[in-house]
This record gives sequence, structure tokens and C-alpha cells, in this order.
Amino acid sequence: MDAVVEIFGNPWVSLAGKVLLVALIVPLSAMVLGFAEMKVSAKMQSRVGPYFAGGRWGWAQLIADGVKFFQKEDIVPDDADQPVFKAAPIIVLMGTVALLVVIPFGPGLIFQDLSVGIFYALAISSISTIGVLMAGWSSANKYSLMGGLRAAGQLIAYELPLVLAVVGSVIMAGTMSMGGIVQAQIDAGFPFVVVQFIGFGIFMVAALAELTRIPFDMPIAESELVMGYVTEYSGFRFLFFFLAEYANMFTMSAIAATLFLGGYWLPFVPESTLDYAGPFILIGKVLVLTFGMIWFRWTFPRFREDQLQTLAWKWLIPLALANIAVTAVLKVVL
Amino acid sequence: MARAIPGGGLVKGLGVTITTFFKTVFMPGKYLATINYPVEKETPVPRARGVIALDQDACTVCMLCARQCPDWCIYIEGHKEELPPATPGGRIKVRSKLDRFDIDYALCMYCGICVEVCPFDALFWTPEYEYSEPKMGAMLHDMDRLQGWLETVPDPPGLEK
Amino acid sequence: MSIEADAVRHLAEAQVSVELETEDMTLNIGPQHPSTHGVLRLVARVDGERAYDVKPVIGYMHRGYEKLSEVRTYPQITALINRIDWVSGYANEIPFVVAAEKLMEIEVPERAQYIRLILTEMARISSHLMFLAAYPLELGAGTPLFFALRERERVLDLIEGVTGGRFHPNFNRIGGVKPAAGSGSTSRKVAQDLPAGFLDGTRFAMDKVLSVCDDIENLVAGNEIILARTKGIGIIPKEIIAAYGVSGPTMRASGIPFDLRKVENYLPYDRFDFDVPVGETGDSWDRWWVRFEETRQAAMIVQQAIDGIPPSGPLQAKVPKVIKVPKGETYVRAENPKGEMGYYLISDGGQGPYRLKIRSSSFSNISILPWILEGALVPDIIAIMGSLDFVLGDVDR
Repeated sequence: MDAVVEIFGNPWVSLAGKVLLVALIVPLSAMVLGFAEMKVSAKMQSRVGPYFAGGRWGWAQLIADGVKFFQKEDIVPDDADQPVFKAAPIIVLMGTVALLVVIPFGPGLIFQDLSVGIFYALAISSISTIGVLMAGWSSANKYSLMGGLRAAGQLIAYELPLVLAVVGSVIMAGTMSMGGIVQAQIDAGFPFVVVQFIGFGIFMVAALAELTRIPFDMPIAESELVMGYVTEYSGFRFLFFFLAEYANMFTMSAIAATLFLGGYWLPFVPESTLDYAGPFILIGKVLVLTFGMIWFRWTFPRFREDQLQTLAWKWLIPLALANIAVTAVLKVVL
Repeated sequence: MARAIPGGGLVKGLGVTITTFFKTVFMPGKYLATINYPVEKETPVPRARGVIALDQDACTVCMLCARQCPDWCIYIEGHKEELPPATPGGRIKVRSKLDRFDIDYALCMYCGICVEVCPFDALFWTPEYEYSEPKMGAMLHDMDRLQGWLETVPDPPGLEK
Repeated sequence: MSIEADAVRHLAEAQVSVELETEDMTLNIGPQHPSTHGVLRLVARVDGERAYDVKPVIGYMHRGYEKLSEVRTYPQITALINRIDWVSGYANEIPFVVAAEKLMEIEVPERAQYIRLILTEMARISSHLMFLAAYPLELGAGTPLFFALRERERVLDLIEGVTGGRFHPNFNRIGGVKPAAGSGSTSRKVAQDLPAGFLDGTRFAMDKVLSVCDDIENLVAGNEIILARTKGIGIIPKEIIAAYGVSGPTMRASGIPFDLRKVENYLPYDRFDFDVPVGETGDSWDRWWVRFEETRQAAMIVQQAIDGIPPSGPLQAKVPKVIKVPKGETYVRAENPKGEMGYYLISDGGQGPYRLKIRSSSFSNISILPWILEGALVPDIIAIMGSLDFVLGDVDR
């Protein structure tokens, strides 16, 4: 982002520009991924999906949805805890927006290359958990409460496999900064997924659980709890949750692509073009990963809460620990 | 305890979904199951029960349909007219004339008993279905509107063997 | 010093011995709920995720069928009663007309019986496909819904081609099936026999139904998550089935090999060769599997019936224009897709019955809900209710 500073000269203006850009990625990515989900899920079910909004492809469907949510009445239940109820969607969205800061879109194309990049990313993504709990508790609704409690258990339980899966990649790269991890993959000549496939698998499963997508959909559980912790939200506040979910898909896939798949680098692309081709390569990898997430969502049913917890505590965490041990030993030996 | 390791069953499920995906994307003529209403419309079968049409000339105000309707949604009023005798000195013919024949489609349950019991075949089924109205009062179709539906009555389908 | 040490130790022990007091919560599941198959209300006392003391509250959809039958004539009642279990429309009319025919001692012509059988089995396929669509949706899988409904549309289009209505066919008449539209003396009478293309269309549709059954088997039957959610959940032992009067696929899933199609002769099932799938343990998985296999068997029955239908014949026996059933009473029961449905008809010789008692299958099926949901987790409540496959129209009538 030194280019941005040079353009504007004034560091405060460039800071404002960076903030605006980060904030812009969230609705853009949410619209693209939401539209992708509608179309892909429709094709998997022998349907067409959005068709009429904006010409033949229905690409304006989510823009229309956004406008629809904007103009809805803001309903806040009387019994709800007003400040907590209103603050919850913002906190959930905040965790997502803050994650985008450390994603490298190209060599040097990163909003802020923190030296503890991945550590920061994992820590900030836990803030959304508090937002979910706040939403579940403050809506004066038993279904929301149940959804919020389920979410508390699930999100906290799956933080651990998420973090542990990442450690293998960090060990191989030797640094926690995101730009440094991609550079380590470029230097090594192969993306880390070749060796860290177990870590990649655990990360994707834990990311699905963090996003509360099917098959880990218990907090929302549309057929049981109506909408779980989001039941009482309508209009603009619901839009925040919606944006947060899809933008989080984007960021989790981007982190997975950076840590395991080589980020903005492909093996046969010459390094000099990475300044321009880097963002496209990263977005391409993100789209492939989100296609996988959508594919999983529409094929599988949801786990029950205790089965979910069993999966996390009894299977994923020991696997991740074993992965770390083996990686560390091999790194020292080789 | 969940057998939570992804096994063959999960992979088979993924296979079904992805093959449907590619089939629908690349061969929509054969595999797409939906049509784009209102741009494209399906033609209903000839016997589909869409709306009831009335042939006013055939009706003799016998009131059988109104009586047999389970919902009492047919409103009929008529009066008797005297016609001059065909030959001088003959009998005066009395014919019933229809004043009002309304079917309230907000009440009608599309059972078809009226069509079936009419002894003079004055009522017909047509497969038209696009007559929804914003106001419920407009769902009462009067005599002339019911006569208008008569043009849409299809020919009966040929029978098997 | 020692006094402080003592005090600290007491304090630590006091903290450990505080008990957590929790209250349980009364959760109202329904009547407006995505998974209660209608307007069923369950008042559940829930402690965390475990439910104790679940009480169903029904009656939100009571439409007064039995009272209504006292003031309607027989053709009108035939038009009304296919709305009791609206998912399998045609199957509701059959026991009623068979009961009236029994009292009038009429014999139904053969082609009419074959048509009745074909349409009843199509109604069974339609109802079971709806179950196969909706049950994985309640568990969270969104795709089997569309696969099953895609093929169900074919079956419903076939039923519509014959009868004119997809869910409410109103095609039975006392003495057979609908002979002609317009019973007057004009030349515009139209016979309501099978339309052209029906037999080939049915063969095609049954092939498609069998192939979508294979698809659903691959998508659902081997899926570990579905097995984890349904195996061992909601086991109903045989004694409880007998005690509560549960019937239909739920009964057969618990190991009781009883199918009214093989026992009663309200339709010519004895001419066809079909198996009755029987489960082993009586958990939700067995209930799913029994209905899945029944869909296949029903498709095979329709294929055999299509091949064996007599090529021509009258569609209705000779009955008077105004039907009056002689005095008497009779009870006819049939194997509806949801279970055993029975009509107890008391006639006093008039144009309508004196009393019609409807024994609906879903009413008895959901009477086991308090027993079976005792101590179940909330997600399991949904899984068990879905596997019982009831419809509120059938419960409340």
C-alpha cells in the first residue's frame, strides 16, 4: 500500500482510503458469493436460480435484496435488551472486516503486513463469537436463546482446531506474517497443502463450523429454531448478519488459500507479473474454495450438537496436535 | 458417538450433487426441471380443473348445480317467460330465462359436481388458471364472464385404445 | 496465621460446594413452525437441550368433517374427504366409497377397479416422495427435496391428466370411477376414461421414479451424518405400537409385518406381486427405509397394473341417479400411505350418511409422541416427528 501513500501524500488521507477500501470489499464479496451460492445451489437442484433481476443472468438479485433490506421497518422487540440487541450485528461484522486487513492480495498489496499476521487474524475472528452470544441473549425469544447457547459451545469448540491447523503451516514457513508465509511458499516452490493436507482439511472443516454453515448449522438450524440467534432481526440488522456470513466465507477462504494453497502465487506464473495477476489468482482460489463450501452445504444434513462437539474434541484436536508434532519433527530433521 | 470421519456415503452424496450440477449446466434441455413463469408457461392437461364456463343458451334454470354444490357458491336467479304458440291455437310455451348466474370462485372448491350433474351440459371445465384478483369481491364471476370462458374450453383428449 | 489459613480453606471449600440451580424452560414448538407438518403445537419442558414432558396440543385444524358428513350427500362427501390427508389425495376417497358400495351391495367393474388401484398407488408414491423430500430437509439437507419433488410432479401430472385435479381428484363414484362428465342427454357427454398417452406416460414416470429412488439412495441412505442423526433415535418397541394403535409404515418399521393390502380386499391387490418391507429395530432410520422401499414397491405395482389392465369396460356399475344407501352400518379400513384409515358408515336410507366416523391414521400415530419424546434432545424431537410422517389435516379432520 505504499503506492496509495504516494498517491495521496498525506498519511491520514491514505488511511481513510485504506479503511474505505476494506469496508468496500465486504459488501462486494458478499454480493458475489451470495449470488454464486444462489446459482450453484440452483443448478445442483435442477433449477435456474435468479433469472429476472438485471437481465438474463439475474446478477442484480443481491443488489435488489440489499435495497429491500434497507427499506424495511426496523423492528426491535419490546422485551429485548435494546443496546445489546442493536450492537450485536455490528460486532459480528466488525470481526470480519478486521480480518481483511492482513490478507495479501499480491506482493506488497496488503493493507497492513503485521508481523503477527495470522495470530492477529485468529484472535480477531473470535470477536464475532461475542456478537453471536449477544444476539442470542438479548432477543427476548427462547429460540434465539437456544441458538445463541448452541453457538457459544460450537464456536468456542471449533476455535481450537482452527488455530492448531494453522500452526503446521506457520512452522513450515517460520514466520507468522501473512506476506512472509506466501513468500516462504514461493521460495519452497510448492504450496504447503502438498505436505499439510491434514492441516488443510482440518482448517476447512473448522472454518465451516466457525461460519455456522451446514453441516455445522445448529445455531441457525432453520428447520428447528426458525433462524436461531438471528430470529428477531429484520431489515438492516439482518443485512449485517447476512453480509458478515458471506464476507466471512471470503476471508476464511482467503486465509486458507494464503496459508495452504500459495496465496497470490501459482507455480508456473512468473514472479514479475504477480503485482498485477496476484489479486486475480487469489480471488480465483477463493472462488474454488467457496464452491466447495457451497457444495458441502447443499449435500449434507446438519450434525446434532453433541455429535458436533464430539467431532471437534475427540477427532479434530488430536489430529491437529499430531499434525503439529509430525511437522515439527520433520522440520527439525529435514 | 458419531462416526464422523467422512466415509464413502458422504463422498457418494457429493458425487450425486456435482453430477446434477454439471448435467443442469450443460444439458439444460434434458435436466432442467423448472420453467420460467411468466415468460414461459406450461400448458395444462385438457382435463385440468381451472375455471368453469357457462353456456347460457343451454341453461334452463333447473337449479340442480346450485343445489348440489357443497359450498353453495352458485347464485342463480331466473324468471319464467311465456312464448307465443308456434301454431295459432296451440299451447303457450313457458320457458325459463336466466337473470343471474354467478359463481363465487373465492368459495368454489373445484370439485366439479355442478359440471357433472347438469342435465343439459351447460357447464364446462377449462384449464385456465390466471384469474386472480387483488380484491376478493372480484372473484365473483357473473354470467357474461362465465360465458366468456367458453372459448377456452379445450377439446376432450382422445382416450386410450 | 493458622486462623487465616483455616479461613482460606473454608472459603475454598464453600465455593466448591455451591450447587448450580437451573430452571427448565417451557418451549412452545409450533403451531407455527417449519417442521411440525402443519399446526401441531408441542408444549415441551426443556432443560438445556433435553426435553421432558412433551404434550401435543392438537385441534388447530379441526374442520368438522364428521359433522359436515351428516349434512351432505354422498357425491358431495366424496368431493370433500380427499382433503383430509391432502398429501395423498386419492387414497382418502377409497374406503368411503367401498363402504357405501358394501351397504348397497354393488360390484365394481374390473376396469374401474384397476384404475382405482393405479391411482391409489400413485397417491402412495406421491405421499412417500413428499416424505422423502421433507424429512432430509428437516435434518438440514436441502437437495433431496428438489430431486423427489421433481419426480413427484410427473406423477401428479399423470393424476391430473386422468382426473382433472392433482391433489383432490374427486374421481371415485359409488359403483366405480367417474363415468362421464355431463350426465344429460345431449351429445356432448364426454367419457372420463384414461386419456390417450396415459399408459406410456405412466411407464415413463415409473421409470423416472425408480431412478430418482436410486439417486436418493446414494445421496441419503449411505450418508454418515443421516445415519448418525436417525439410527437409534426414537425406537418404538412392538408393545407400545400395539398399545397406542400406531399403524402403517411406522408399525412395519418396528417389526410387525402387517399390511392391510394383503389382508383386506377393498382393491384387487391379490393379483399383483409385491413385497411388504418390514424394519427391524423401529428407530427413525427404519421408518425412513420402510417408506423408501414402499415407494419402489408401489412403482412396481403400477407397472404390473398397467400391463394387466383390461382394455375396455364400463367405468361404473349401474346405480340410480340419486344415490340412497340402504339402512345399515359397516366399517371399511384401507392402507393409506400414512397408515390405516377407516370409515365407519351408519346409513339410515337417506341421501347422505346418518353418521360417518373417520378413523384417521395420523391421529393415532401422534398419540405416542409424549411417550417417545420423553428425554429426547431438541434436534431429536424434530427428527422423530418427521419420521412419523403425519399430516395435521389427518390428525384434526
